[in-house]
Amino acid sequence: MAQHPTGHSHDAHAHGDSHESHGSLKSYVIGFVLSLVLTIIPLVAVLNDMVEGTAARVLLLVTAVLQFVVQLFFFMHLREEKKPRWNLMALILGLVIVLTIVIGSIWIMTYNKVA
Amino acid sequence: MLDKIKDFASDFFVTGDPLIYGADVAIVLTMAAVVFVLSYFKKWGWLWREWLTTVDHKKIGIMYIIAALLMLFRGGVDALLMRTQLVMPEMDFLKPEHYNEIFTTHGVIMILFMAMPLMFGLFNIAVPLQIGARDVAFPFLNSLSFWLFFMGAMLFNLSFVIGGSPNAGWLAYPPLSEKMFNPGVGQDFYIWGIQISGIGSLMTGINFIVTILKMRAPGMKLMKMPMFTWSVLASSLTIILAFPILTVTLALLFIDRFLGAHFFTLDAGGNPMMYINLIWMWGHPEVYIVILPAFGIFSEIVSTFSKKKLFGYKSMVFALMSISVVSFFTWAHHFFTMGSGANVNAFFAVSTMIIAIPTGVKVFNWILTMYKGKISFKTPMLWTMGFIPCFVVGGMTGVLLSVAPADFQFHNSYFLIAHFHQVLIGGVAFGYFAGLYYWWPKMFGFSLNEKLGKWAFWLWNIGFYVCFMPQYLLGLMGMTRRYSSYSWDTGWFELNLVSTIGGFLMGIGFLFQVWQILHSIKFMQKDTTGDPWDGRTLEWSIPSPAPEYNFATEPRVSAMDDWWEKKQKLASGGAPEPKPALEPIHMPKNSGIPIIKATFWFIAGFGFVFDWMWMAIPGLIGVAACMLAHSFNYDTDYYIPVDEIKRTEAAAGRGV
Repeated sequence: MAQHPTGHSHDAHAHGDSHESHGSLKSYVIGFVLSLVLTIIPLVAVLNDMVEGTAARVLLLVTAVLQFVVQLFFFMHLREEKKPRWNLMALILGLVIVLTIVIGSIWIMTYNKVA
Repeated sequence: MLDKIKDFASDFFVTGDPLIYGADVAIVLTMAAVVFVLSYFKKWGWLWREWLTTVDHKKIGIMYIIAALLMLFRGGVDALLMRTQLVMPEMDFLKPEHYNEIFTTHGVIMILFMAMPLMFGLFNIAVPLQIGARDVAFPFLNSLSFWLFFMGAMLFNLSFVIGGSPNAGWLAYPPLSEKMFNPGVGQDFYIWGIQISGIGSLMTGINFIVTILKMRAPGMKLMKMPMFTWSVLASSLTIILAFPILTVTLALLFIDRFLGAHFFTLDAGGNPMMYINLIWMWGHPEVYIVILPAFGIFSEIVSTFSKKKLFGYKSMVFALMSISVVSFFTWAHHFFTMGSGANVNAFFAVSTMIIAIPTGVKVFNWILTMYKGKISFKTPMLWTMGFIPCFVVGGMTGVLLSVAPADFQFHNSYFLIAHFHQVLIGGVAFGYFAGLYYWWPKMFGFSLNEKLGKWAFWLWNIGFYVCFMPQYLLGLMGMTRRYSSYSWDTGWFELNLVSTIGGFLMGIGFLFQVWQILHSIKFMQKDTTGDPWDGRTLEWSIPSPAPEYNFATEPRVSAMDDWWEKKQKLASGGAPEPKPALEPIHMPKNSGIPIIKATFWFIAGFGFVFDWMWMAIPGLIGVAACMLAHSFNYDTDYYIPVDEIKRTEAAAGRGV
């Protein structure tokens, strides 16, 4: 866009002049290491039978949720968004729907008299 | 060797039914005719440059609509075959296995390969023009979406002549759709056809959300957007939240079939009910995905043809957005009879009743927009006025179905069939037809013949009631869906006969529409004004058909129904606004990658269907290669110089 003297048309949005900063090498490395660690912890713990049963499930879920948060902050740049915060709104709506799917399915299938 | 080939061919091609042999011949002849015409007139290069590789949202919209109308024809023929089989008891027209295949393909095609592409076609035609943009946010992605849809649809339709059609109903409930009960390739065609086109649908949803949020003309606040654009936003939001559920569900079913897993099988801990639970989490939002844009179209048309501002704009926006969210909380009403107990059923019954409220608000808004308006009964308005009573009745029977205890009687009966056809034909089909008639001059630069259009409307409208009102009664008399035959002592003969007559009336209505289009092409009435309906929104401020770059200069918006306000100001003697100077326009370049990539998906899908890894793996490699090729392609845009804009505008009769 910038190379063209008169180029200010709105399709610039699709290309770049309104983009927020995209993080530094440092933040990417931290994010990468964190996500590796969060993958290794449950893998090692479960493969070596260090945890079992409910404890294993809780460990898996906690590390999975943390992994999700790391992705959002270090790779999806959730903090750096300008207003209006469409990404945050979409995320919240998405979470509501995901929770509906999971909790709703568990609720419906628990009382399922056929299976 | 010869015997081997013979064996393979008799397995590979569908054999034994004269109807299918007829279709084989028709397909080969049509293909030959198309190839001949293109070669004879030397149009291959033109087709490739102007259409197959285009990233222009208007052309992509037209291709979606052509594909959707072809699919409407196929789905409609399926419907008439079924009605012919049911015209009287103990008919011997279709074999039961064939009947199963036909009701399956009818449902899948009408929802996924007719309603969805027709909807995306109208999105593409109207949204960028309504918000004053030059294209969608991601033009390349848009083209890829179209080709993925197209290849998915072709893969699905191929099952008709190669391998055998799916036959487990439009949602492929297990255990019937599992390998154990359905060892053929039909269900795999179903899975891969829908999966491939589903990727396209998801990308279109993302594309239009970004387009609407980021590319509106300066001054167009969210609450000044045309109502159709609002409805597209609501629908796209629902698409991106619902379609991943479909993808996952079908992927699990495929893993069951392909790798022998047990997600939905009867044995080894599988649970078929889980599939039904999951698929309706997509399936219910899906019906709102297709109906919301129809609501938007009706809103535009009602206000244009009543010459009045839309009544209750804010309540309309609220209704659209709340429907798109609440639609995620009603899915279990599709399986009340599964037996999840009173609490679950009560919750979903109440949420279903609640979602009827915003819809009711809309109906009042449309009626009050017409109240004291100067209504002109052009074809788009006729479809709108036909829609309102039809949809109200369809909605009411929906509320009857939502009463869980009563649903134990209605479930899977013809009462249900009549209900959802009433909302899908009376709402979705009528809505998209209305939109097609409304935007037709903008798409092609000429108007459609009104007289033939009125014939088509009345045939469809009357045919609809004649076809489906008897089905409510048949449902109450105990006729359940998917019967391929019934006996004389049921007493269902007369009503079925009437219903079949209605079905054929709608078929004749479709023929009138085809005639109308051909007639209008022959006796072309050019739309020279660009504003044939005395419209209200930005798309009517530019010439018809819209030039490649849509708007010569970026429009400045100051009011809702901006174009109408500007016209009013001029009419009352206001000075015309000064025209800003022309500037070179930044445009996306065409690309052949989308169609090539989608073809590789088709090859991969076909390989998976037949379990031919030698075909599936190269297909997937091709897909990856296309992605890589596009990542390194930096030559994606160009500028239209000012001279060319001046020439184009002058040719369309606009001074600049």
